[in-house]
Formats: sequence, C-alpha cells, structure tokens
Amino acid sequence: MTDKRTSDVTRRQLLQTGASLSVLGAVGAPAIISAANAQSSFNWKQAAGQQIDVMLVKNPRSDLLQAAEKEFTELTGIKVSSEQIPEQQQRQKAMIEFSSGRPTFDVTMLALHVQKRLAYKGKWVEDLRPFIDNPAITNPNFDLADFSAAGMNFARQADGALTTIPHFVDFWMLYYNKEMFDKKGVAYPTSMENIIKVAQQLNDPSNGVYGFVSRGLKNANIPVWTSWLLGQGLETIDPATGKLNTDGEAAIWAATLYRDLNKNYAPPGTIGFNWNECQTSFMQGRAAMWLDGIGFATPLEDPTKSKVVGKVGYGVTPPGPKAHHSATFADGLGISRASTKKTAAWLYIQFMTGKKEQIAMLKAGAGCPARMSAFADPEATKSSTFSKQYFDCLQSSAKIGRPGLPQIIPVTEFRDIFGVALTNTLSGADPAAELKKATEIFKPVLEKSEQG
Amino acid sequence: MTDSPALAASASSRKLAEKPYDFSRKYWLFALPAVIVVLSVIVFPWLFTVFMSVNDWKIGGGMDFVGLDNFRTLIADERFRESLFITIYFTILAVIIPIVLGTVAALVFHREFPFRGLLRTIFVMPMMATPVAVALVWKMMFHPQLGVLNYLLSLVGISPSEWVFSTSTVIPTLVMVEVWHWTPLVMLILLGGLAGMPTEPYESAKIDGANSWQMFRFITLPLLWPYIMIALVIRTIDALKVFDIIFVISEGGPGTASETLNIFLYLQAFQFYKIGYSSAVVVIFFTIIVALSLVLLYVRQKTKWNA
Repeated sequence: MTDKRTSDVTRRQLLQTGASLSVLGAVGAPAIISAANAQSSFNWKQAAGQQIDVMLVKNPRSDLLQAAEKEFTELTGIKVSSEQIPEQQQRQKAMIEFSSGRPTFDVTMLALHVQKRLAYKGKWVEDLRPFIDNPAITNPNFDLADFSAAGMNFARQADGALTTIPHFVDFWMLYYNKEMFDKKGVAYPTSMENIIKVAQQLNDPSNGVYGFVSRGLKNANIPVWTSWLLGQGLETIDPATGKLNTDGEAAIWAATLYRDLNKNYAPPGTIGFNWNECQTSFMQGRAAMWLDGIGFATPLEDPTKSKVVGKVGYGVTPPGPKAHHSATFADGLGISRASTKKTAAWLYIQFMTGKKEQIAMLKAGAGCPARMSAFADPEATKSSTFSKQYFDCLQSSAKIGRPGLPQIIPVTEFRDIFGVALTNTLSGADPAAELKKATEIFKPVLEKSEQG
Repeated sequence: MTDSPALAASASSRKLAEKPYDFSRKYWLFALPAVIVVLSVIVFPWLFTVFMSVNDWKIGGGMDFVGLDNFRTLIADERFRESLFITIYFTILAVIIPIVLGTVAALVFHREFPFRGLLRTIFVMPMMATPVAVALVWKMMFHPQLGVLNYLLSLVGISPSEWVFSTSTVIPTLVMVEVWHWTPLVMLILLGGLAGMPTEPYESAKIDGANSWQMFRFITLPLLWPYIMIALVIRTIDALKVFDIIFVISEGGPGTASETLNIFLYLQAFQFYKIGYSSAVVVIFFTIIVALSLVLLYVRQKTKWNA
C-alpha cells in the first residue's frame, strides 16, 4: 500500500510542488536570512569583561537562573555574581538599599504584586522601553509580544512605563482530588457558588476528610478573598479610579463565601493555615479541593511526599456570578537606576527571560513562564511530570488572569488590615462589619501613600 | 607599732581613697576606648531611636518632626493596646510556669539517685536547640489533622486540640513551647544555688524535729529566693523579648491573637517601614523593660542573704 501511494505522486505534481516551494523560498528567504543575519550580527559581547551583581528571591526559578549563568558568561563574557535571599528578607533588603540610593546590585528580581508601585514611585529601577527600542543593545529575537498579557499587565506601570520584564506568573486555581470526586460521582464545580455544594458533598469529617481548604492566616488569606471578588468582576481597588471596592455588596459576598467555605467545610484550625498547611492537608488526602497558586503543584506529584500522586486535578478557578478570572501574581527582573553597568544588566535580563530559559522553567516544573511560546514547545510539556490538564489549566488561566492584589504602595498594610478582618469572620464576626471597619482603617493609609 | 609596714600601707591607701580625683592626671585616657564603645553602641543608638520616635519617617519618604504625635497615635491604636495586653499575658505565664517547674526539677536533681547525671543532661537538652528550629518542629507537631500531638491525644481518648490554630489556645500553646525550651535554664540557676547552700540550718532543724516540708518551707525556699529572683529577672526579660518562636509558629495569629509587642513592632518597622512609629514602640517597650527590671532587682536586694 505504501509503495502504491508513493507511486501515486505524478511527475507533474512533483514539478508543481517544486515550483511552489521555489516561489515561497524566493519570497520568504530574504526575511529569514535578514532575521538570521540580525541574530548573528547582534553583539552579545559588547559588555564583555564586566561583572554584574544580581539579587534574586530564593525559589526554584532562581536556581534555574543561577544554573544558566555559566552559559550566559560564555555567550557574553559578563561575569555574574548572584545571591538568593528569602522572600521577606529580599523585600526588606530592596527597600533599604534602594532608599539609600546606593544599591549593591545591578539587577533585581521584584515581586510585582507587592513591589511594583513602590519600585516605580521610589525610582528604584529603569524604564526598559528605551533599552528595548535600541537595536544596538536588544537582541532582535527578544520578541516582547511573546510575553503573556497577564505578565505584561503586571510589569507595565499605569503611565505605560515598563520597569521590569516579567519572568514568572502564578495563577490561582483549584486543585482537586479526582479520586474523591469520582468515588462520590461529583463533577468539578461549575461556578463559585457551586463550590459550596461540591464541598458539602465531599465533606466527611468523621473520616478526617474535608471538602475544601484554603488559607485562613491573616495576610496570606487575601488572595482567597480577592479570587472570589474577581468573580464579581471587581478588584479590591479599582485600577483606573483608585476607588476602594472593599466594603460593598460584592466584597461582602466574597468574604461570606470565604467564611462559609473555610468555616464549614475546611479542616479544624484553618484560621491559622498558610499555604504550607493547606498543601499538607491536600497532599495527604485530607482535603478534596484546595484553592491556591499553581506554583505549589510540584510536591503534589512527588511520591516521596504526597499521597495523591496522579490523582490531582488542576482546575481553572470557576466563574463567579459576573465574571471569570484567575487571580494572578508575577515576578519580574529590573535594572537598578544606580547601576553603572546597565548594558550588561540588560543583556542579562534578555538572556534570562529568553525563550530557552522560559522553556527550561516549564520543563523543570518550577512555575509558569511569562512567555506564551514556552507552551508551544512540545518538549516542554512532554518531558514534565505533570498531566496535560496542568498545562491546559496554565494556558486557560493565562487568558483570564487579573491581579490578585491591588497595585498600590501600602500593599502589605492592605494585606494585614483586611487579613485580620477576614480571619475575624472565621471566629464568628460579621463580614460586612469587619470589612467596613477595615476599610475605614485602610482608607487614610492609602490616601497618605498616594500623597507622600 | 604605728611604724609597721602593714599599717603604713593601710594608711596610705585610705589617704589615696580620700584624695579627690585629679583630672590633671591623664588616667581618663585609659577609659576612653570603653567610653567610645559605650557611646557608639549603646548611647547613640538609643538617642537616635528617641530622635526617630518624635519624627514621622517612613523608609523611602521624608522625615517630619511630629513631637509626641507617634506616642499619641500609639496609645489610641487598638492593635498596640491589644498587643501590650497579649505581651503581659504571655510573659506572666512564660515566667511563672518555668520558675515553678524549674524549682521542682532543681530540687529533684539536687538529690542523689541512679543515672542522675544522664537524666540531668537529657533535661537540659531543649535549651541547647536553636529557637527557630525548635519552632519549626513544634509547628509541624501542632498540625490539627496530621500533627503527632493530636495523634498522641487520640491514643489516650482525648479529643483533638487546635493548638496554635485557634485564637483561644494559641497563647497557652506558645507558652508550652517556651516552658519546654527554658525550664532547664531555671533549673540550672537554682541547682547552682542549692549547691552553695549551708548545711548547718538543716542539721539544726533536724535536731529540732522539723519535717521535710518545714525544712523546705522555712529553710530551702528562703535561702533559694535570691537565685529564684535571678531566674525571674532573666526569664522576664527573655519572655518579654520573645520573637522567633512566635513569629515562626503563629506569625502573631490567628488574626492578632498572638501578636505581642515584638511582632507588632516587627510589622510596623520591617513590613510597613514606619520607622518613626516603630521607634515610638521601642521607646515605650524599653521603658517598660527597664522599669520592670529595676523593680525585680530591688526585690532581689531585699531577698539577698549571701552578700
């Protein structure tokens, strides 16, 4: 059969195909050659001999960045001295060093959901647009359009300035135990309200199994509430007007959903749970659903730590009454304004946020890369330990991503004040009264931060 | 006799002591390094903290003199008042319980019995552990669903507790960790006291027909008071300063249920970067610690018998 099919191709067809390819080649070749020339003519060695200092946050993605330093040095001749610092300490170090005006690093990783406004208002980092527009220092293959809208939305300031290049994006989604769902014949929740019904069906405290788990600890619990609020089509602070949406009907609805799920269907003690206690409960098969960032997925598929390997479902956050969004968080890389080696720093950022490194992040299961092209690479999704559903969840969430925290300077105060209010609802306080009180406390803090 | 060398030396030293300090001599040069160190590492930071406490200064922003506004705001701040109350509550429990248990342990380990040395070493071990490491291990054990403590309770038919994951039990649970960690220190201080006690009062009491309780109540305890007071001063200062264990285990939560002054201070200074406001907290906190220490030292002077 095969031979016959081959012999079906006539000489005329072969000639036609050949001619078509020649025409296509004649049209396309200049563009391809031009791109190749541009790529080959890009001078990666223009800052050779320099050394840059890089401040990173301690996490698996920074491990990958450090692993790629050798290759970067071989390509550019730039030496890299990098340091990974635990998240909280890194934020303090950045704040103190940038405020001093003499930071000890040229490149810094920034948690955009916390430091974005602060970095811009404090003039910590360079606007990268002039760097991108300068062909002498920007690799023609850099392809800014490849970065997901969710990542770029975080990296870009309100006036259009691009102060960081997004490196990692985290989406909030719903982990679920497929085995528990199948056993009780329950389908994945179709809406936010439906989560309560599903949690109720799967809740079995007598056997130590609970229908739902999410963070209850103050500060850490804010993204749970904002995830529900996004289902009403609202962010806690309107990005356009700066209006607080924290004590209206939608906010109260979201806080009530937070309270009902965590109080009625979650394990005892959820009021003090951060992500790691939630992860432990889910990983040990004690919770049917867990709302949190997809960045915490890796240990769930580790047989040495988890009892739910292969049973984990990765669901996109269900739609709310008015909208369908996934709360999003992101990290980016920026160049210190005080740096005297900005070209070398920019080359570092280009390399580390390049397609190859972003694919490496996906392959390693170290989180969701900011570049969409990483998902198009079949090797990246095939070589991972995660199921196809994990990657589908990532891609679907990327399309509906919206910031999970307000993009303001006093974001830590916001998390603290509203975090306490939400925690109080788990001890029996009224959500409306708590949110009203928290809003009254926070309003002057926000106003002062915008004035100062 | 008056010409003997000993008396002459004594007279000379008395004369020297009576002589007013001679500033023309440059003896003070020898004290200068110590004075510089004390001024730079104790006096200057303290004065600078007081200076910052009367300014409105947020890292990254300007500094404005506000007088006593920070103190007024603090007194009106419900979170501050609540954290002050929690600090006092935590301190009282974290001082009294280790003192009582440490005294009992010292009395037990002061007696001769087989394997005393080995058991004493085991008892002292918690004190050697790093607080953060201790806190991490306890935190795992407190997990309401998967922690070993609730498993142990289930073995003896006691219903599970929420430990640090409940607003009502978080402080007693944190005190439990503190007691486990620092009772050995109290025991060591008191063991030192017991070892140095005179034996004569006990011999007299025996002759007079006193029983064990009477000997403890009327001899051991009064003689031990100065050492208990030392332990009390050390424990009070330590308990007031505790940060690491609370921060790692409960982060001041649930809600603000275990937010002591130190956690409140950390939030204001290192999370919200309100340096002026947090300096005002430091000034108040420092005043409380100094006042309390002075009271305890005064009481200690009153109980002293071996000076």
